[in-house]
Amino acid sequence: MIELQGLTKRYGDKTAVDHLTFTVRPGVVTGFLGPNGAGKSTTMRMMLGLDSPSGGDVRIDGRHYAQLSEPLKHIGALLDAKSIHGGRTAYNHLLCIAQSNRIPRHRVDEVLETVGLTAVARKRSKGFSLGMGQRLGIAAALLGDPEILMFDEPVNGLDPEGIHWIRNLMKGLAAQGRTVFVSSHLMSEMALTAEHLIVIGRGRLLADTSMADFIERNSRSYVRLRTPQPERLKDVLSAAGHTVVTTGDGAFEVTGVEAAQLGELAAQHQLVLHELSPMRASLEEAFMQLTAESVEYHAHGTVAPVGGPVAAGAHLAPVPQGQPGQPGQPGQPEQQPQWGAQWRNPGSGKGR
Amino acid sequence: MAAPAAVLQSEWTKIRSVRSTVWTLALAFLVTAALGAVISLVFDNNWDSMSDSDKATFDPTAVSFFGMTLGQLALIVFGVLVISSEYSTGMIRTSLTAVPQRATFYTSKVAVAGGLALVVGMLTSFITFFLGQALLGSHKARIGDPGVLRAVVGAGLYMTLLVLLCVGAAAMLRSPMLGLGILMPFFFLVSPILSAVPKVKTVAHYFPDQAGQKIMQVVPSTDDHVSYGPWGGIGIMAVWVVVALIGGYIVLRQRDA
Repeated sequence: MIELQGLTKRYGDKTAVDHLTFTVRPGVVTGFLGPNGAGKSTTMRMMLGLDSPSGGDVRIDGRHYAQLSEPLKHIGALLDAKSIHGGRTAYNHLLCIAQSNRIPRHRVDEVLETVGLTAVARKRSKGFSLGMGQRLGIAAALLGDPEILMFDEPVNGLDPEGIHWIRNLMKGLAAQGRTVFVSSHLMSEMALTAEHLIVIGRGRLLADTSMADFIERNSRSYVRLRTPQPERLKDVLSAAGHTVVTTGDGAFEVTGVEAAQLGELAAQHQLVLHELSPMRASLEEAFMQLTAESVEYHAHGTVAPVGGPVAAGAHLAPVPQGQPGQPGQPGQPEQQPQWGAQWRNPGSGKGR
Repeated sequence: MAAPAAVLQSEWTKIRSVRSTVWTLALAFLVTAALGAVISLVFDNNWDSMSDSDKATFDPTAVSFFGMTLGQLALIVFGVLVISSEYSTGMIRTSLTAVPQRATFYTSKVAVAGGLALVVGMLTSFITFFLGQALLGSHKARIGDPGVLRAVVGAGLYMTLLVLLCVGAAAMLRSPMLGLGILMPFFFLVSPILSAVPKVKTVAHYFPDQAGQKIMQVVPSTDDHVSYGPWGGIGIMAVWVVVALIGGYIVLRQRDA
């Protein structure tokens, strides 16, 4: 259990972390989400006692990190992959960490086996690829067999195979009942692994919610229609009891009804449809909306939407509309896999 | 709190498992011993052409330690790298995550680096002395002569203190570039030059290396009028070391890793 109480970090007059209060509960994967520069890494460094807070408090299992006598037995952390002396072999790197916390030597071999680095254990880590460095960092986090694991952007810069491996590892660790706290700037990544979600932007807490709630609230699906007879269509839809939203480019959006039903309705009234598309606002989009105001470095100008029809009106409750500097939101057609889709499918995801 | 013995063991693993340790310490030994041997040989061969006053103040012990002026550069590199490589590689974050009690971490690192420097320093000092004396032929000093054992043990102490001074300074500077860029020129150029400049040298005599090297002299040279003796000199150096180590600790304690 990690508890933050009004945690604050200021650098001069710039506030990197602003009165963060939340609790990381045991036994689940908690995603720590925020755009680049939101203060995720700073928060994690304060949790580990590397940076001292300007205000507030953070406790691991009720104690300050510096009060833990053998902290690696409580919490294992992967910060960035480069927290390693490249001149030391993988084995010696892990050995010196293990010795400081009186972790038996055989654990070194075990974690090397777990992360698949046994073959290069006697090689200096200077020559390791990014993925191997990341695995070595994870091995160090696992050394003390801790109840809490913390990973800062673990999939950054990894190839698909490495990403897959880390995902499965985190799920496996949570399945063993451990607390997993993992940061990312990618909603898609979180939707695949996290059960609980903490979103920050510019150092402030924006959301502290279960992933199920977040998806429930934010993945609104709707159907988009276009017709050369807009007035009649509107009447027909209203008569059938559907709420119709007219978007800026003349399309209609209808929520809470299947596309097939709307198609049949139009056919009954002999209406011509030029478009009938089931749409879903992605979680990525919801996340961008949530953090839009707090993004540290905006890409100014309009970003051309990539692929798929543009859902210009796909603004999502409870987020205010019309954020300045917010690029057009690309919607996604139903056919594409949805963020969070796998999560909701009981067959995949964590073994729950 | 973290068990000090465990942290010491961990720091020992760290120091022995990087190549720079072996290289710098081996180089310090080789350069000091070899250069001392060469100089001793030169003095022995040119004895007859030396002036009477030079012969009168001839200090065979100090001559055999002449190589220290170069050999100490390798010790500086060792002392600086022990601590600043933690910062340059990012290892410091891993280290402090494992041992969040920074005082324990720092003392263990200082103890291991100092202990290793003491062993290597004493070995270097005794071997250099005996090698040099063997090559000085009939002009040699004996270990039992007055002040000689003190000078030889003192040379080992000097090397240890020099390493510790660099550890403390590097802990304050945190970067290998800064550490080496300041300490190497200081000990190799600035300090020896200033100690030869009239007036300035009265201050320069209190620089750590100038004060510390006094203990390696057995025969006092005619032109120096320093106010401290051999042990006083090493004491002055020790004060510098303590100040540097405390400064290093304050920086480590206060600053974010």
